[in-house]
Amino acid sequence: MAEIHLKSLAHSYSAQPRSAADYAIREMDHIWHQGGAYALLGPSGCGKSTLLNIISGLLSPSEGEVLFDGQRVNEIPPEERNIAQVFQFPVVYDSMTVYDNLAFPLRNMKLHESKIRSKVLEIAEILELQPLLDKKAKNLTADEKQKVSMGRGLVRDDVSAILFDEPLTVIDPHLKWKLRRKLKQIHEQFNITMVYVTHDQLEAATFADKIAVMYGGQIVQFGTPRELFEAPNHTFVGYFIGSPGMNILDVKSCQGGVEFNGVQVPLDAELCQFLDEVPSNNIKIGIRPEFIHISNETIKGSYECAVIHIEDLGTYKILTLDLAGNLIKARLDEDQQVPEGRAYVSFPKQWLKLYVDEFLVEEAAQ
Amino acid sequence: MTKVENNKAWFLVLPVFLLVAFSAVIPLMTVVNYSVQDIFDQHTAYFVGAEWYREMLQDPRLHDSLLRQFIFSGCVLLIEIPLGIAVALMMPTKGRAASLCLILLAIPLLIPWNVVGTIWQVFGRADIGLFGWAINSLGIDYNYAANPMDAWFTVLLMDVWHWTSLVALLCYSGLRAIPEAYYQAARIDRASKWAIFRYIQLPKLKSVLVIGVLLRFMDSFMIYTEPFVLTGGGPGNSTTFLSQTLTKMAVGQFDLGPAAAFSLIYFLIVLLVSWLFFTTISHLDKAK
Amino acid sequence: MSLTLQNVTRIVDGEYHLDDVNLMLEPGSFNVLLGRTLAGKTSLMRLMAGLDKPSEGRVLMNGVDVTGVPVQQRNISMVYQQFINYPNWTVFENIASPLRLAKVAEPEIKKRVKETAEMLHIEQFLERRPLELSGGQQQRTAMARALVKDASLILFDEPLVNLDYKLREELRQEIRELLKARNSIAVYASTEPNEALALGGKTTLLHEGKVIQHGSSSEVYRYPVNVDAAELFSEPPINLIRGFVSDTEVTFDSTVHFPLNQDIRGLKPGDYYFGMRPSHIGLVPHNDDDLEVSVRVELAEISGSETFMHVKNEHFNLVLQLSGVHEYHTDTPIKVYLPTHKLFVFGLDGQMLQAPGRLYQGGYHG
Repeated sequence: MAEIHLKSLAHSYSAQPRSAADYAIREMDHIWHQGGAYALLGPSGCGKSTLLNIISGLLSPSEGEVLFDGQRVNEIPPEERNIAQVFQFPVVYDSMTVYDNLAFPLRNMKLHESKIRSKVLEIAEILELQPLLDKKAKNLTADEKQKVSMGRGLVRDDVSAILFDEPLTVIDPHLKWKLRRKLKQIHEQFNITMVYVTHDQLEAATFADKIAVMYGGQIVQFGTPRELFEAPNHTFVGYFIGSPGMNILDVKSCQGGVEFNGVQVPLDAELCQFLDEVPSNNIKIGIRPEFIHISNETIKGSYECAVIHIEDLGTYKILTLDLAGNLIKARLDEDQQVPEGRAYVSFPKQWLKLYVDEFLVEEAAQ
Repeated sequence: MTKVENNKAWFLVLPVFLLVAFSAVIPLMTVVNYSVQDIFDQHTAYFVGAEWYREMLQDPRLHDSLLRQFIFSGCVLLIEIPLGIAVALMMPTKGRAASLCLILLAIPLLIPWNVVGTIWQVFGRADIGLFGWAINSLGIDYNYAANPMDAWFTVLLMDVWHWTSLVALLCYSGLRAIPEAYYQAARIDRASKWAIFRYIQLPKLKSVLVIGVLLRFMDSFMIYTEPFVLTGGGPGNSTTFLSQTLTKMAVGQFDLGPAAAFSLIYFLIVLLVSWLFFTTISHLDKAK
Repeated sequence: MSLTLQNVTRIVDGEYHLDDVNLMLEPGSFNVLLGRTLAGKTSLMRLMAGLDKPSEGRVLMNGVDVTGVPVQQRNISMVYQQFINYPNWTVFENIASPLRLAKVAEPEIKKRVKETAEMLHIEQFLERRPLELSGGQQQRTAMARALVKDASLILFDEPLVNLDYKLREELRQEIRELLKARNSIAVYASTEPNEALALGGKTTLLHEGKVIQHGSSSEVYRYPVNVDAAELFSEPPINLIRGFVSDTEVTFDSTVHFPLNQDIRGLKPGDYYFGMRPSHIGLVPHNDDDLEVSVRVELAEISGSETFMHVKNEHFNLVLQLSGVHEYHTDTPIKVYLPTHKLFVFGLDGQMLQAPGRLYQGGYHG
């Protein structure tokens, strides 16, 4: 069982990093608690693979510490870290049977064969691999192979964390959700810390209780799927989570709120006061397409827009609107009436977010 | 829908037929023709049926050299395959050292057969050859020209020196094709070095090893030039392998009929052993 | 230019890859070929391109039979799944290559390459080589090459599969915009229903080598001709339940009953398949006579904007598509509400009899 603590951790591939740009991972402090189901989500090149390799021990961080249950493990090789890993492409020992594959880590630990047998059978049952135990591993399908490689981690009593590196990449689309379900069940059953690395929001949000979104070598938000969706802490999270992503508009501070191209958006007094005090000019507001209110006629606090494009996605429609020279997207449910030519939008206060230097400004009340 | 017969398609395969006919079938048929006749001159030839085959199969020269040949090929495989794997495993995987190793390994393969023979002929001499001199100065009486064991040993050593590189290069390329994730998984599973070799590297090397074993078997079974240059088949007949026996018979004594029968038997043995080997391996593959 | 396929069949080694395909693509139309893997999408595109010849049938361009005309003489562009570019040429040379082959004058080449590169936002990479670019930029280069010449037919063979979903979203929109102003026919192969909807235009449903439906994407989506079409054009898959209609009520799977309403009244008593869109099943009733069913959660797949809930009880396996984030643990007991007013009805032979908004008129003779 383990809590994984990344303490003042940073990593650079160059020997003498000069600027922040030289770092694959910028200094961070992060804790994965014992027994949690976590995801590490980010686009390619954000540093998530580097971070994964640092946790598994394949890479030693250039700065800071990796602590497992409070103990520094920087210098400990992967085989002594009690961590299992499931890779993007299934890794099985082709020449062995499924049984021998599952037994392999236990045999390497020189356990008694009867103990091995009971353990292997137990895990095979959980993973629904019993009918395949005598089959050669190389004759399995991709999803079966992926279960076997997961099983090799689960048979060991001493494994305290399992790392998943895009494990469903090669799985047939219609089997994916079954494997996702299996992963969740296993997590609920085993109380093992699991970290799931992916660039896919669906994979991450389905598996994890909490998601760390990585961007530019930093964790920009660590929160539940709901938090990431409803209150993105960084403009990147707003853009990356949700399809389409959050509407983000460049604005300037003005009396009683913010404005862009002559459109004034009022904000709470607390936020206005905050804006008066910050020196930054990088101010943005964000609102998700799902939360924009649309109507056919003008109502209090609404803005007039031209309808540029309507994308009919069957269960809902995505409108592209021109709001004073800015293109914004809004989502319209199936039963809602489609405005023609012009539409009036308003931004409900609780869903309108203010960003300064790309990070969310939170109100004390929330 | 029924398939349309299109006879023009045969023209497309014609070049291949012709090529195979000229390169393999026609020469082979000539040999078959010789092997069933007793030829005195251009115009006098008698059909003798299986007589030459019977004679050859009972010929002690053939028995001796066949036995010698099998022992030799066996030794070659037993030494070169494990040695080649070992060399490949020890080679650096990247950087300049890797390129350097690859070049060094390639050198023996680039030297013509007869030059290899000549090199070892000089190298192994007790008076002026570095190798022969060194062995002798260790107090071991070594003379490949006089002692059959020494001659045997030298021919084998020469072959190992010449061809182990090939096996090593094949294995090296096979090893490079194993994704890094396999090694990572094995480390996490706490596999020992031996287990990694046994369960990851060896299974992944299987296909290149099949090629390696086949190539080395066929090549060593037909070895001619190097022992011919080095020892001329001596001392006595100790390093006279099948191909040399055959040449002596055909060119030296001009016994074309028996030599032809001999060639065909020789050919069939190579074919049979390679086939046996290949099917066994593929069957093992399919099991389960 | 128009493209017509007449009774096109292609047989390879005794296997039907395409079976009696009749299709008429209009000038300037955007057509999505939607089908599962091996449905015949690639076979059909190769035939359209002239890379293969049909075993039977004719291919007409503008009414002229081009069945035997090879691809070189057809003025066609193609974009593939893999990012195919000339690796040792610069991006500029890559994009210019079709124009060079057509012996276009140098100043004209410069102008058109620049324009096309700008449309695809790769103008700053023109002097680089493709392999120095990211996956998205490489595919943009390949697309620019396909768009730079005025091809009369542009074929896209699942061009976005190998990109991550955010890039897919962006490029999809760009493709749609780029082809709007053109008179060429675009054909776009895809396995994803949502992609077909997002691209707009027309959709051709391919199933086991046969065209089962062709029409405007939203029309095909709303009114699938049969069960295969409904299943193919629904992600998550449409829920299908076998049910019995009597004079007074409908019985699902011999267990759940509800009284006939006016939407179903036209049906003769007998057995039918009932289809329900995942988005029409709710966690709260939308309508007074929605049907309440107790189920357990199998898995909640969360994408951010949406949650796909897989639920089951001893009779049904259902999928729900909900807006926003809904976090549920596996095996949580919940209630779901089936829409008795938004049912698709199929005969036992699979033919659609009615869909929400298009009620059945004639009698049913099963």
